Amino acid sequence: MSDAILEAHDVTVEYAARTILKIDRLAVRRSETLALIGPNGAGKSTLLRVMGLLERPARGEIRLDGRPVAWGRDLLPARRRFASVFQEPLLADTTVERNVALGLALRHVPGDQARRRTGFWIDRFGITPLARRQARTLSGGEAQRTSLARAFAIEPDVLLLDEPFSALDPPTREDLLRDLQRVLRETAVTTVFVTHDRNEALRLGDRVGVMLEGRLAQLDTPEVVFGRPAGPDVARFVGVENLVPGRVARASDGLLAVDTGTLCVQVPGELAVGRPVMLCIRPEEVVLQPGPTRSAPDSALNHFPGRVAELVPVGMQVRVLVQCGRPLIALVTRRSVHDLSLQVGSEVTLSFKASAVHLIEREDIGASR
Amino acid sequence: MELIWDGVRRAVGLLIGLDREVLAITWLSLQVAATSTGLALIVGIPLGTLIALARFPARALVISLVNTGMGLPPVVVGLFVSIFLWRSGPLGFLELLYTPTAIVIAQLVIAAPIVTGLTLAAVQQIPPQFRLQMEAIGASRAQLLWLLVREARLPMLAAVMAGFGGVVSEIGASMMVGGNIRGQTRVLTTATVMETGKGNFDVAIALSLILLAVTFLVNYLLTVLQQRRRPS
Repeated sequence: MSDAILEAHDVTVEYAARTILKIDRLAVRRSETLALIGPNGAGKSTLLRVMGLLERPARGEIRLDGRPVAWGRDLLPARRRFASVFQEPLLADTTVERNVALGLALRHVPGDQARRRTGFWIDRFGITPLARRQARTLSGGEAQRTSLARAFAIEPDVLLLDEPFSALDPPTREDLLRDLQRVLRETAVTTVFVTHDRNEALRLGDRVGVMLEGRLAQLDTPEVVFGRPAGPDVARFVGVENLVPGRVARASDGLLAVDTGTLCVQVPGELAVGRPVMLCIRPEEVVLQPGPTRSAPDSALNHFPGRVAELVPVGMQVRVLVQCGRPLIALVTRRSVHDLSLQVGSEVTLSFKASAVHLIEREDIGASR
Repeated sequence: MELIWDGVRRAVGLLIGLDREVLAITWLSLQVAATSTGLALIVGIPLGTLIALARFPARALVISLVNTGMGLPPVVVGLFVSIFLWRSGPLGFLELLYTPTAIVIAQLVIAAPIVTGLTLAAVQQIPPQFRLQMEAIGASRAQLLWLLVREARLPMLAAVMAGFGGVVSEIGASMMVGGNIRGQTRVLTTATVMETGKGNFDVAIALSLILLAVTFLVNYLLTVLQQRRRPS
């Protein structure tokens, strides 16, 4: 018996003869939180609707506990094993309390039990003082809390969350994210969470799936997806800003020297000389020091001399574009920029650990397309 | 001017004096209009909701027909209902012509498209995402219809007002299928026409004032109901 509670097999969705979703296999494990990330229009929400039995795919099947779902008149019992929260709270025009109780009322849960569960989840999401308020008088954050409480009160086998925080301002989002994180950990309810925010996926996801153009490009632990993306498109989406094509020039003792045309980068790995590769280096891994390069590159560290070409503040950090034969990006703190007196034209040494480089074999990329 | 004042004074007199005939006419008007509006709601709300939600080939045509029906001239309705109920007509054996039931039938034909059209509009303005969300928390088909109707209940009060307002004030159909028979099918509008024709302007004015007051009261009650629950 597999531990997959919900699976999609060879699922295809087409609108106007255009394939917008094509999933060979996706298995959601019992009690895990699976985060699906990807740019807008990648098919994330469509996949969520199909898995939640709200939209019938053109082809393929959905399995619940290993058994294929029959898309017919008796779909309702299967659909009632799910609960969904969407980007918009979409509450009924009544009180908060009645909204939270709605899923239970639809399932004819007896009054006592329904009241107990409603009260519990209203309290759990911190909206007890609002229980008797009309839903339409709520703020965005309060409404989304109500929507979450409504979904949890159902105590579903699978919880589906479709960008539930996208419409909220950052402080509200942060509060709600923290509460949700705690509730997910405590209840261990199987959850599929769709977002275009990489940080949300990193915080909530036991596993992360990256969707690109209707396909599941990679599905793995957050460490692997963010550290060793399966292809350049995934790498770009998960925030690997430095993608450098090159070719293996030397290989010895598990260490490769990759020639990028302008730089020679040391990377751990086992590949034949001459193989084309793509180097992925996260900007957080790149360190800057002032002045010209003193030490020669060694097996652990790559050093390159360069000049600062651009400084772009991003929140409390600064993206520094360094021209060192080819442009590379470093993400440093505002404090470092000040301490190192970095400005456009500054001479710097750019370095990153050999182990911080992730290699993608470019032939594999070609084959997977 | 004096004519109007006389009319008002006379009307107050008729009301205060609880003139039996005027009361009976008013009561019948209310009864007939309320019954036909009630029946129109029973027909129009499910029908409007279904048309709003269903996707079928001739949908645009059906919606156009409903919208046209909202402006159906009462005389045309009166004519066709008369033909149907005529002694030798298809439904003549029911012997309903010139009874209050006949008026109810004609008014139902007038009010049903109004209620259907306004329900359709009310349900259509609920975002499609709401429907998906209700299904996503476990609504069956029947529950979904009920939830959507409940969600549209405030704009739908407009359907009740428009339906009732349409039938309580129409004259053509009531006259043709009811016949303005004293003590049987005489309603406020038909009585007003008759009294005006006879030159009894004072009585006619009294009757119109009563009609206005009745319409106003019903609409006022419904409006209070509707506005009470509007966001501030």
